[in-house]
Amino acid sequence: MNIFHLTLLSSFVVVPLLMLVVLFLCRNARQARTVMVIGSSILLMLAMVLTLLFVRERAVSNAPMLFVSDLVWYAPLNIHYSIGVDGISTLMLLLSAIIVFAAVFSSWQMNRDYFLWFCLLIIGAFGFFISTDLFTMFMFYETALIPMYLLVGIWGTGKKEYAAMKLALMLMGASALLLMGILGIYYTSGAKTMNVQTLIDMNIPLMHQYWIFPLIFIGFGTLCALFPFHTWSPDGYASAPSAVSMLHAGLLKKLGAYGCFRVAICLMPQGAHELSWIFITLAATGVVYGAFCAVRQTDLKYINAYSSVSHCGLILFAIMMLNETAMKGAVLQMLSHGLMAALFFAVIGMIYSRTHTRQLNEMSGLMKVIPFLSIIYIIAGFASLGLPGLSGFVAEMNIFVGAFEHDDIFRRVLTIAATGSIVITAVYILQAVGKIFYGSVTNEKHRQLPDAFWYDKVSTLILLAGVILIGLAPFLVSGIIEDGLSVFQLRI
Amino acid sequence: MSISLLLLLVPLLCFVVLGLAGHKISARIAGLTGTAGMCLSAILACGLACRYFFVDGKSEGVYRSLTPYSFEWLRFSGSLHIDLGIFLHPVSVMMLVVITLVSSMVHIYSLGYMRGEKGFQRYYAFLSLFTFSMLGLVVATNIFQMYIFWELVGVSSYLLIGFYYTRPAAIAASKKAFIVTRFADLGFLVGVLLLSFHTKTFDFAELTAHNAALVVDSATNVSFMGLSAASWAMGLIFVGGAGKSAMFPLHVWLPDAMEGPTPVSSLIHAATMVVAGVYMIAVLFPVYSFAAPDVLAFIGYVGAFTALFAALIAIAQTDVKRALAFSTISQIAYMMTALGVATQTDGTGYTASMFHLFTHAFFKALLFLCAGALIHAVGSNDIGKMGNLRKYMPLTHLAFLISCLAIAGIPPFSGFFSKDEILTAAFNNNRLLFVVLLIVALLTAFYMFRLYYRIFAGNSRNYEHPPHKSPPTMRFAMAALAIFVCVSGLVPFSQFIGVDGTSHETHINPAIAAAGVVAALSGIVVAALLYRNSSGRAAQIAARFNRLHTMAANKFYIDEIWIFFTKTFVFGFVARPLAWFDKTVIDGVIINGAGRATEKIAHLIKGLQSGQIQFYAFIFVFGTLFITIWILLV
Repeated sequence: MNIFHLTLLSSFVVVPLLMLVVLFLCRNARQARTVMVIGSSILLMLAMVLTLLFVRERAVSNAPMLFVSDLVWYAPLNIHYSIGVDGISTLMLLLSAIIVFAAVFSSWQMNRDYFLWFCLLIIGAFGFFISTDLFTMFMFYETALIPMYLLVGIWGTGKKEYAAMKLALMLMGASALLLMGILGIYYTSGAKTMNVQTLIDMNIPLMHQYWIFPLIFIGFGTLCALFPFHTWSPDGYASAPSAVSMLHAGLLKKLGAYGCFRVAICLMPQGAHELSWIFITLAATGVVYGAFCAVRQTDLKYINAYSSVSHCGLILFAIMMLNETAMKGAVLQMLSHGLMAALFFAVIGMIYSRTHTRQLNEMSGLMKVIPFLSIIYIIAGFASLGLPGLSGFVAEMNIFVGAFEHDDIFRRVLTIAATGSIVITAVYILQAVGKIFYGSVTNEKHRQLPDAFWYDKVSTLILLAGVILIGLAPFLVSGIIEDGLSVFQLRI
Repeated sequence: MSISLLLLLVPLLCFVVLGLAGHKISARIAGLTGTAGMCLSAILACGLACRYFFVDGKSEGVYRSLTPYSFEWLRFSGSLHIDLGIFLHPVSVMMLVVITLVSSMVHIYSLGYMRGEKGFQRYYAFLSLFTFSMLGLVVATNIFQMYIFWELVGVSSYLLIGFYYTRPAAIAASKKAFIVTRFADLGFLVGVLLLSFHTKTFDFAELTAHNAALVVDSATNVSFMGLSAASWAMGLIFVGGAGKSAMFPLHVWLPDAMEGPTPVSSLIHAATMVVAGVYMIAVLFPVYSFAAPDVLAFIGYVGAFTALFAALIAIAQTDVKRALAFSTISQIAYMMTALGVATQTDGTGYTASMFHLFTHAFFKALLFLCAGALIHAVGSNDIGKMGNLRKYMPLTHLAFLISCLAIAGIPPFSGFFSKDEILTAAFNNNRLLFVVLLIVALLTAFYMFRLYYRIFAGNSRNYEHPPHKSPPTMRFAMAALAIFVCVSGLVPFSQFIGVDGTSHETHINPAIAAAGVVAALSGIVVAALLYRNSSGRAAQIAARFNRLHTMAANKFYIDEIWIFFTKTFVFGFVARPLAWFDKTVIDGVIINGAGRATEKIAHLIKGLQSGQIQFYAFIFVFGTLFITIWILLV
């Protein structure tokens, strides 16, 4: 047992836990904010250090997972606290840390209780990405989902009770499928363990994969807005406070996608292959469907929520293509969409807090009034419609090239349909940009609005930096991603 | 060859500096920085061209393709990867010269034209971004790099068309331009995916090597719906080119793009970006001619149709910029047609197309710059509000006249030489297209001189302010371009650019040259008769062909057809029902339905938990009885 490994990874859970404890001692929002800023900075630094250490360690070791450690937690059911990271989870941790950092600065006006739930949520998210034990993963997964109900229900806007209830119930329902699936894996694999790395080498009989794979894929896929299980997301995002939308769209959806990859695909590749046609169809439908729905929306948050359905559909679509190029695209899209969606929701929150409306037809000419926020929104929009030089392009091209490696008409047609979404994306992005930022100010109340405050700038610029960095230098991350995919490649 | 890299990096640097720090420095300094950078780039490009064409490029009588820089930017899988690099061959070097020269003239011109505009720094930042992207596009080593910069020029064009972002027309035009070209780019993307699936490479050099043997071997024997995979791929790629180069029916964005500042129209929508489609087909020419000759022939017909179609519309336009825009569409279609009639053995069409691209860039840019000067002076785009401007603006008049003569194809101006070569190529390969092109030549001369006479001749209007002379920067740029227009036709073009890198001698075929000149002269004469003095003859003729005239003035209703297609069909029949489906069926019926069902069931069975002891006792007794009987009987 390597104490260094244990502490390195566990600190991703321990730091937010400590933040939680310290928050209890805080008396006012100002102190709470300080705790959050310090804590999230530590997390961000940890994630960066981890990435560097990972790259260095990878040069000398070719074990599938690095920084592994394992503690027995409940022996009768073989539940362990086992942790470790590969390239993909390292990047997911980095992404999470960046989004959490940005979200803290976007929640500048929030109070202590809000931050308590916020911390609980990030414990779950970080814990999920470091775990390699199915049960621990599931536990952290639930830890991340439950605070959402309160964050939306209490601090939300609009029809928040309905949205919170819908979000919680749909995701809990999906978790029920997931739990069944996990038990299925545990009993049918014959391995007396829940460790994902061990389970990879056990062959689950194909007969059982036929029912377990859909359970797991739909279970995790619901969180990644798999069509037709996506409707929690538009209402949920529209009602949630902006930082929560950031965390949810940027971070929690990636839990779903990561789960699909790590559990559903890695453990049941044959099942995935056999059933891929169903899920490719669903995912491709989601891609086009989400984009078309976004065209019709008039609320900024609904536009981006449906856009997120479309982009996350692309992640699932790519995962189900089951080849390395598309998978790499999927992971890049997870990073790209994470940063981009967080950026969008952050800016929308900032605009909303100034104009008190998110309706397209109630705003115009904001470029003159709040140029900084407008420009950031437009750049995020460009990233979303896949402009080269920004992260979306890199991810989408990997996905499309990967999908085109299949030579059958069925996948070709769906791929072409999915590529069609990039045109529709351009339509709804430019439509919104044209309406709210260009033109002249029509609403008298919007003539004098403060542009971004310093904390708004911190929050948006760090996300923007990520989007641009991936867009300009994809080779920085693609090597790390390929490392994570090598295990998977051996299995096919 | 390090200057090739430097000449790309200078505009990029200008963009970054002006983009990030533009608002902190004064407009004047920002403008001068951008202009200086661009002029430096132009000098470097000329130096590079001299070195390439006269020193380095040629070995054993053939111009080689050089790749001085290339690095792997993104790896997809084993053999597929996107490289970013610089690929020099005769056409790309020629394009570098054209782009940087026109761009630097436009930069200089804009110093005067855009003076005092809000967002002057932003304007120069976007111009630098555009120039960088365009340069990146022409030096692309592979088709994916071209796609990357293709999108970047698209977005720069979007930003510049929408420069006056408070004007609703400009916002709509910029959106339209972006979405229409994006739609076409979808074809490009799918074509690239298809091509790379079969050939396992994006690289231009590999694709075109040995008469495109790679594509011929891998993609011509697979067929789908009667066409080979190569034809599908190259056809789809052509769709992308047709979008950028405004071929029918994807041309609708270009006339609207005239909402942008006039220098932008001159640079992007006349001289450089809109010829990207022609350039792309030229670069992939061996692939087209060996692996997809059917597509190449199709390109010829599309080009000829577009040339005729746009020329007809140009006759009926009253907005000077829109008339020029249709003229651009028509001339680019001319280049496309020339490529369509070229073959690997008879490369006249290929050389002619590139030659026309070269000469057209200068005279069309100049025409737009003149239009800008006129608009500046008169304060309107409408030619009805202009007249007798010869008196007020002698230099603009001279420049406009020179470029009109050039575009009409009157010797010794540049357009004559390139047009003549195109006509020769068409005559040798396809007589039908030759006839169409000849008619277009006549129409071109006619509509250009219609503009000329209506603007510069005739009666003077009652101008509110007497039209003033342009500032010196604008006059300098126009004068410099006018000189280019005069001399660019004399360049022995076929010495440098040939379909296989070799030099050719071209001879002017007297018969065809005479036919071209006669067509042009008759167009001019008719225009002079109708428009030289404001007699009502033109209006009478327009009235006689009322229906045709109205249709041409309304651009043959192609925009309306597109609007019907997008608004009614895509939005009305696809997006709206889907959004409704999401709200009502998925959300309303399934999700909320599940919620309601749960409530209903709970409501139904909650009566069982009534709390009444009698009811429980009743259930208990009868339950026991029922079970006992059941056990006894079964």
